[in-house]
Amino acid sequence: MNGEMSVIVRTITRFVYGLTVIFGFYVVMHGHLTPGGGFQGGSVVATAFALLVVAFGVVGIKGKLSAHILQNLEEVGALAFIALGFIGIGTSFFYNIIANSGSVFGAHTPIGINGGILDTGGTLPWMNWAVGLKVMTGLAVVVLVMLVGGRNEEEKR
Amino acid sequence: MKKALVFSMFLFAAAFLLLAAAQMRPFGAPINPQMDDYFIGHAQAEASANNVVTSIVFDYRGFDTLGEATVLFSAVVGVVALFRKLRKDER
Repeated sequence: MNGEMSVIVRTITRFVYGLTVIFGFYVVMHGHLTPGGGFQGGSVVATAFALLVVAFGVVGIKGKLSAHILQNLEEVGALAFIALGFIGIGTSFFYNIIANSGSVFGAHTPIGINGGILDTGGTLPWMNWAVGLKVMTGLAVVVLVMLVGGRNEEEKR
Repeated sequence: MKKALVFSMFLFAAAFLLLAAAQMRPFGAPINPQMDDYFIGHAQAEASANNVVTSIVFDYRGFDTLGEATVLFSAVVGVVALFRKLRKDER
């Protein structure tokens, strides 16, 4: 069993995969402006990974998706999130010190109707990216490891 | 006997639910809205986020989100530990 699905599914997956990843990154990037954020966008990107795994099977993705690299990226996301929480430790844990400071993502937000300005939010977009990286790689690791583990079980019998 | 016991317990629970329903405040009227009003009024100026939910999740209640991330991390670690490849002598 190499788990590869039919040519129709594989063709549609090749078409949909990139769109799903782009949509997931869009949801992560606009987390401080529109509904969504790190968890939701990361889940969307992880769905694209799961689609890839289901459509191409273990053999098809061998050498393209590595569980070790994904695990390391997940730890990078988690550590970045904790580090961003410690940035504002001078006031309190998770204090938004970048907001209204003028640096990256630090522009002033006009009070009132959502202007859709991407350059606002302070630490929120950074944390969205950290959590998004963590969620997308973590769920991808879960799908990948479960598939490979189930395959080993079948070979043993 | 057993049926009567079950029925009386059902009536007891139903009475509690009806009592709670009778005392419920009107829909959409929170008890202590001071904190909600603070978040809605100050989130754009303090956290500079147009999405108030994100400003609560990552700024005002960031420690809670750290716990959520820890839950996800432990879930991933548990799955990896469950499906890890065993060495030949361990099988």
